[in-house]
Amino acid sequence: MDGAASPMPDVRSPQLGPAAREPALRVEGLGVRLGGRAVLEGVSFQVGAGQLTGLIGANGAGKTTLLRAIAGLQRPSAGSVTIARAGRAARPLGYVPQRFAFDGELPVRARDLVALGLDGHRLGLPLPSRRRRLAVADALEAVGASAFADKRLGELSGGQQQRVLIAHALIGAPALLALDEPLANLDLRAAQEVVALLARIARERGVGVLVSAHEMNPLLPVIDGVVYLAGGRAASGSVEQVVRSEVLSALYGHHVDVLRVHGRVIVVAGTGQAEHAPAHGHEDGPAVEIV
Amino acid sequence: MHELSAAILAPGFFASAAVRRALAIGGAVALLSAVAGAFTVVRGQAFAGHALGDIGAAGGASAYLAGIAPLWGFVWIAMAAALAMELIGVQRARGRDIATGVVLGAAYGLAALFLYLGSTGAGPSGAAATVLFGSIFALSPSLLAPAVGLAACALALLAALVRPLLLSSLSAELAAAGGVRVRLVGALYLLALALAVALAAITIGAILSTALLVGPPATAARLCRRPGRAVALAALLGVAAVWLGVLLAYDSYDWPPLHHGWPVSFFVVALVVAMHGAVRGLHGAARLRPRAPARGSGPRAAARGLGLRSPPRGPGLRSPARGPGPRSRGRRAGDDPPAGG
Amino acid sequence: MVGTWEVAALSALIAGAVGFFVVLRGAAFAAHALPNGAFAGASAAVLASVNPLIGLAGASVLGALGIAAAGRRARNDVATALALSLMLAVGALLLSFSPGSQNQLYSLLFGEVLGVSTQQIVPTAALAGCSLVALALLYRPLLLSATMAEAAALGGRAPRMAGPAFLLVLALATTLTVPVVGATLIFTLMVGPPAAARALWARPGAALLGSVALAMLVALCAVALAYLADWPLGPFVGLGSALVYGAARALAWHRRRPRARAA
Repeated sequence: MDGAASPMPDVRSPQLGPAAREPALRVEGLGVRLGGRAVLEGVSFQVGAGQLTGLIGANGAGKTTLLRAIAGLQRPSAGSVTIARAGRAARPLGYVPQRFAFDGELPVRARDLVALGLDGHRLGLPLPSRRRRLAVADALEAVGASAFADKRLGELSGGQQQRVLIAHALIGAPALLALDEPLANLDLRAAQEVVALLARIARERGVGVLVSAHEMNPLLPVIDGVVYLAGGRAASGSVEQVVRSEVLSALYGHHVDVLRVHGRVIVVAGTGQAEHAPAHGHEDGPAVEIV
Repeated sequence: MHELSAAILAPGFFASAAVRRALAIGGAVALLSAVAGAFTVVRGQAFAGHALGDIGAAGGASAYLAGIAPLWGFVWIAMAAALAMELIGVQRARGRDIATGVVLGAAYGLAALFLYLGSTGAGPSGAAATVLFGSIFALSPSLLAPAVGLAACALALLAALVRPLLLSSLSAELAAAGGVRVRLVGALYLLALALAVALAAITIGAILSTALLVGPPATAARLCRRPGRAVALAALLGVAAVWLGVLLAYDSYDWPPLHHGWPVSFFVVALVVAMHGAVRGLHGAARLRPRAPARGSGPRAAARGLGLRSPPRGPGLRSPARGPGPRSRGRRAGDDPPAGG
Repeated sequence: MVGTWEVAALSALIAGAVGFFVVLRGAAFAAHALPNGAFAGASAAVLASVNPLIGLAGASVLGALGIAAAGRRARNDVATALALSLMLAVGALLLSFSPGSQNQLYSLLFGEVLGVSTQQIVPTAALAGCSLVALALLYRPLLLSATMAEAAALGGRAPRMAGPAFLLVLALATTLTVPVVGATLIFTLMVGPPAAARALWARPGAALLGSVALAMLVALCAVALAYLADWPLGPFVGLGSALVYGAARALAWHRRRPRARAA
């Protein structure tokens, strides 16, 4: 992904799993213009099957725009999005947008929303179907939502609603699961549970999972790769490859420091002094390093 | 027993052709209103239905002026207004919106003009009563087939669209990502809504039509949490309100003060409101009883729905949500931290 | 006929003045809701053979208190919409009870056909006077609470009472405007010209005067045209308000454009 200003290191995430497996998602040279402004330019990355990739960027960096372009809700001005075929499933993509508030009186249960993930696009009156009931129960079980499946949508907590939306996206057996800021507004415990759930889904179902967040630390324990968005451009690869001073500085266009404290990553705008030595690898676990 | 039934059903109730027509048309209209109104409530577009009714008044009055049955006036203007709303973007039509209010005022102005011009020697009030408050007993026999036919068409349309419509009403984004043509579905729904409002207008009047549209669904929503059952219950309540209203209006023919009967629209609206009030009252009473843990609707649930969390609660509450906890916690503890941590 | 001019002018004066605050406070819902109850009150008064103004005033005041008590959340509630429909239905019922008064239905909803009775001038003027005095007293608290809600709440008892007090003034304005333009069209007169004035003039004082001026323009033109065409007032008021509003919005939009392009 050669940017306009400075060339960026071209890194790609190593393919895990069977090399012959088609990547769940391939984005090439994607560009999106909104209101005359180039929000995204030359974005390219891949998400392999069964891999969990974090889409990291500050608020307003274009994460939602990118996800919407992938979901087909936003027409790109350049480039392409390719999602793997997922067997005979109707839709290759399961999309989980940011949460919304449902009215407390809505006569719709969590279970009903999940069922709509299976056949919400079909015309005609729905007939009772054992196959659908089983598929709904399976999806709810997979996300740990069986206990509150019969509650009204408006009565669900933030974390519960998140799980239901994931079940809605999963029930179509997609090749790719794309989630827009699922961890926002969740407390620590709920966020950790969602992260663990997504990792399990990726691992057990071989689904490619793309999760956007403005804060990457909750995802660090589980992600296989990262796509870092800034200035409309993206750098992608493994965390060691991308989350480095020189890579992010090139991306932002000004000096940026990457600090690692107790296994967590902090990215701060630099002081403009001479470039520091890049952070060393951390394959052996947490290390305290002040750059 | 015979006296009791004679007291409830005044003699000649089923023998009267006008009554049979009123029951048939009223029943079909109530059915359609309940189904269309259910989606209206879910989409939060109750004001669009209200606006269509108000604008419909001008249409019905124009038909009156032209000497044709008000039904066609209601239908044409409701369709035109629905089309305009779709083009402008009906999400912007809200009760608070001044522009909408001004448009409604202009529509009423036109209605006033047409009613005045179209009225005969009896004065414009009679015309106003017919258009604004309905005249279900005075419907001409030739309207029976078209009215029921239109209702059936609109119902068929809604039945065909029920799943995409429900999904796009809950979330346009989820629906679009799921392959639903959200714009098209929304436009077709508005069309069905326009027909529902037009038909309700000839039954209980243009400015009262909203009550039949949103009342029964809102009542049913509080009682049922399954969408299918909620719609079925709404239809039941709506049809009951209309039929009971027709019955009471017929019985009221001998009632004081003037012995020419009370208006049907009053009974129907009163019944719809009474049903809703009763359910709200029961819910309010139930909520006053101490329950643990705190659940239910209200501002707290709304805040929860937004994902806003207070400081972490103890393990006692919210235990069902913690169900999968032990599993995932166990997994996290056992995992090796992946490279790059 | 002379009486019609005075009453129409007074109604427009009050509608414009009160309407300015309605638009400022975003209280369009109350302006929409009160006339429904007022209609029912007027019907009851007709049935009881008392001056309809009494019924209008009573029902409007009750409605204002109800809205003040119900709070913001009630606005979008289905129960509120149902209550409004019930008021209209009850009004229609009560009117159907009084023999020969069915022809009141049209005038209560759309305004007077043949002109307002001169007997109503005195009570109308009295009500108008009260409303103006109340508005003068409430002017500053209302402006403050419309622009900075929290600061107003801190300011002591006066601003807090401004809300319910304003609703009562709105009830008064409803009472004396319904006989002229009817329950369905009063909203237009109270919202159209003031919104137009707001689009044209930025300073509150100028917008307030403009609001009154435009409302009176609409009302008096309507009276003149109704007299000339021998038609009722209602259509002219409804369409006139819409015209004024549309023209003002178009003018304001046109004013903004060259500046935007230069920026």
